[in-house]
Amino acid sequence: MKALLFERNLPRFAASRLIAAAGSGKGAGVGPLRLTDVDEPELPGPGWHRVRPLLSGICGSDLALLDGKSSRYFEPLVSFPFVPGHEIVGVVEGGPRDGERVAVEAVLHCAVRGIDPVCPSCATGRTEDCEMIAAGDLPPGLQTGYCAATGGGWSGMLVAHDRQLFGVPEGLDDDAAVMIEPTACALHAATGVIASVAAARLRDAIDDERPSVVAVVGAGTLGLCTIAALNRLRRSPGAPPLTLIVIAKHPHQERLARMLGADRVAPPSELSRAVRRATRTHQIPPAGGAVSVRGTHRLAGGADVIVDCAASPSSFTDALSAVRPRGHVVLVGMPGPARVDLAPLWHREITLSGAYAYGTERLDALFGAWHEAGHEDVQGQAGLTPQDRPRTFALAAEVVADAGLGRLVSARYAIDRFEDAVAHAGSAGRRGAVKIVFDLRRRPGARRTAATRAAAAGSQPGRAAGAPQGDTPRGQGAQL
Amino acid sequence: MSPRPGFVLDVDRSTPPTLFWHGEGFRLEKLPEGSRVVYPPEPHTAIPDPRHAIRQALHHPLGDALPLPEQLRPGMRLTIAFDDVSLPLPPMRRPDVRQLVIEEVLEMAATAGVDDVVLVAALALHRRMTDDELRHALGERVFDAFAPHGLLLQHDAEDPTGVVHLGVTDTGEDVEINKRAAESDLVVYVNINLVAMDGGHKSVATGLASYRSIRHHHNVATMRASRSFMDQHHSELHSSNWRMGRHIAKSGVKIFQIETTLNTDTFPNQFRFLQRREWEWSLKDRASYAAVSRATAAAPERMTRSIFHSIRSPHAMSSVQAGEVEAVHAATTRNVYAQQLVEVDGQTDILTLGLPYICPYNVDSIMNPILVACLGLGYFFNMYRGKPLVREGGVLIMSHPTPWSFHPVHHPSYVDFFEEVLAETTDPVEIEARFEKSYATDPWYVHLYRTSYAYHGVHPFYMWYWCAHALEHLGSVIVVGGNRSAVRRLGFKPASTMADALEMAEDVVGPSPTLTHLHSPPLAMADVR
Repeated sequence: MKALLFERNLPRFAASRLIAAAGSGKGAGVGPLRLTDVDEPELPGPGWHRVRPLLSGICGSDLALLDGKSSRYFEPLVSFPFVPGHEIVGVVEGGPRDGERVAVEAVLHCAVRGIDPVCPSCATGRTEDCEMIAAGDLPPGLQTGYCAATGGGWSGMLVAHDRQLFGVPEGLDDDAAVMIEPTACALHAATGVIASVAAARLRDAIDDERPSVVAVVGAGTLGLCTIAALNRLRRSPGAPPLTLIVIAKHPHQERLARMLGADRVAPPSELSRAVRRATRTHQIPPAGGAVSVRGTHRLAGGADVIVDCAASPSSFTDALSAVRPRGHVVLVGMPGPARVDLAPLWHREITLSGAYAYGTERLDALFGAWHEAGHEDVQGQAGLTPQDRPRTFALAAEVVADAGLGRLVSARYAIDRFEDAVAHAGSAGRRGAVKIVFDLRRRPGARRTAATRAAAAGSQPGRAAGAPQGDTPRGQGAQL
Repeated sequence: MSPRPGFVLDVDRSTPPTLFWHGEGFRLEKLPEGSRVVYPPEPHTAIPDPRHAIRQALHHPLGDALPLPEQLRPGMRLTIAFDDVSLPLPPMRRPDVRQLVIEEVLEMAATAGVDDVVLVAALALHRRMTDDELRHALGERVFDAFAPHGLLLQHDAEDPTGVVHLGVTDTGEDVEINKRAAESDLVVYVNINLVAMDGGHKSVATGLASYRSIRHHHNVATMRASRSFMDQHHSELHSSNWRMGRHIAKSGVKIFQIETTLNTDTFPNQFRFLQRREWEWSLKDRASYAAVSRATAAAPERMTRSIFHSIRSPHAMSSVQAGEVEAVHAATTRNVYAQQLVEVDGQTDILTLGLPYICPYNVDSIMNPILVACLGLGYFFNMYRGKPLVREGGVLIMSHPTPWSFHPVHHPSYVDFFEEVLAETTDPVEIEARFEKSYATDPWYVHLYRTSYAYHGVHPFYMWYWCAHALEHLGSVIVVGGNRSAVRRLGFKPASTMADALEMAEDVVGPSPTLTHLHSPPLAMADVR
């Protein structure tokens, strides 16, 4: 079968890094990624399925990999050669779930690796924090798309464990379904944000009427999905009041951010000013200088939480300037090596955390603090019990449907045009696009199930980002 | 020879191109045949001995006021309030008329043995003046005598201990003014009346008031009911100020008002062509125009701005009157009208304006897009008596570069207003309802207003409200040669050339429209019949 294969090849890695300096995604043709014929991956054991990808997205972490900018931290957590692609909607081929349209939970955690008993993280449902991702029946690989044994979405076939498969709800077309994985990442981050806000409001005795200010920096795929997730969560009964600021670089991102629920959208240079306005705090004038409205300023107070979806050293530095003392900075975009002044982190007792992938969510934690403060039993209103740990994918599918996130798919490419696709993804913002995907549906001889045909009919290839999606029926899974 | 009155020129084939201000530059536009150009009267003759005229006014007050020397006595508290940096425009050559007046008042106070004298710059919600600006307005002698001793103050509308609430007017308007002024035995207000809107009760009721008080007349409803605010008797802005002024008087605050008018001799010799009628330009005028145009086109924006803002106007005092507020202001208004009014027969479909580099709120600063809007739709549009120069549903075409640029110190809330508020809506009513309170009470803007040189947080709102009457009246606003993004953010239409603008205007007002150009400088006000 045809697949895009990523090999360990240092000269090509260096070449891609060099060329990527001229622009993300430009080095795909000379880097370690190549289109080749490979054997379909073998089923590693019982409980595994063959999955034929329909659409597979190009993620920011994929771009970092192809640009040669990934952190070396990940080296022991992948196995070469591997087929990238972890944002996947596909169809199960063979076995008891034959023909089922599924989105793939990419994390290769204990249960997937055949490890029993599972690690403490997996035991509590936090499979994204699995401590055994380099052990068990599989070679190292933190996710499908980084593991030599499983294959990945940028090919004609991969294998996935039953625990990884999430049945796509009826009515979600392929564009929407491929957005479930990135939305799950965003939702996982958003649940953390809401929990952090709720806890901080209790801790700091913040007045019920005063909204907490959350700023989302970056309005690419992950940023937009995070906005949608936060907007959905804040509408849940008992959720703390939020003002949602979004930092968007490009006009279409600004428009989409507003459509998805941003209260205020500002360009990157305006983060601290937008936060200052929302929080009504003071600026701190530069030493020996006058107060200025230009550029980034340090604020005396700041946002309660800053969600950094850009994850660059400059966005992180800006976040530290605009978050309040004892505030929270969440890295949602994948960061790399960075040189950053951490003095404000120390001085202002800022909490820095990451938000990686997904698994299950403890929704009671979101509103628990609120509940303890004497408010109504909001969990009960939300139809939740403290024991509920719904799959992030189930919640994400609802957000995708609710917010019409299928509209974020801007362009689809066949894998033999991978250089164009990666270049497009690398310049998506400048080119008015959001999510670029590989379209693997039109492979000659590909078997199409009834579900696939129905979904393909609902999907409209070529539709521009932001085009109306229409009402999408709610899918299966937990309700937010 | 007495100065020639204003007149309306009918443009024909032989009419030379008309000069338009274009920010820190100019445009010469060939207006269509049949257009009208409203030229202001020539500058009135200056008073030959202003100090003598001032003394005369103080000794022979209008209305029921006693001569100033008779109101001064040892042991009294005297507060001299004066108009701030927003007047005159451009700043005048030394000595500033405020200096002349205040020196005379101080001389009389000293003669009467008054020790407790404090000077207060009547900022209202404007930015504080710098020491240099205060020295320029008051003269070195006055500045050095008062400032080092803490006796030269700038009104702080946000100082809770510095303002006092005097109650409410019959219509429920809060009257809250400067405490020092309110508790003085006499307030002498020194005014410069550049346009008919200035002066009268507005001097104290606005210049020395707090936001709590000013908000009663600086709002959309008032501005829409002021037709125009250059015509006191048809201006709700003035009615409100008059109610407050009378309430202040009733509360026992004694005010001795000194109002001055300046002639419209606005620019020094090298810019003299600006106030000549184009067909009368001499060779020297043409050469000056060419030299200035080339220099401004070639120089960096910052340098051009600096050159223009260093202009000191040869304005000269054309009248001075003192005494009871209303009697004084009636005389002042007559003098302003005599200098600026031009009778115009009927309205027009299209009104064109060339907007200069300066307005009351960007002295030594940047004319940001909100100020461009205010200058065009607020000030120039309202330079009428009777009815607007442009008909309802007509088009206003303004020429200005409208840079997306803001002064970082003077206009912090303007940036947020432009980025946050105008990005959402340009409807003054919605803006007032949704955003004003938040900006007016933002602690950071309050801090900057009080301690830095920033306009109050609510000030950009007032600039927008100033446009409210025009926005309601006009069918469209077109800006020629402006930054397209900034113009669109204002809700206006950008045009590259006057020809394009006229074509766009025809889409609104129909074919073969009438066009009138209000020529400036100097200032002119249309008396539309």
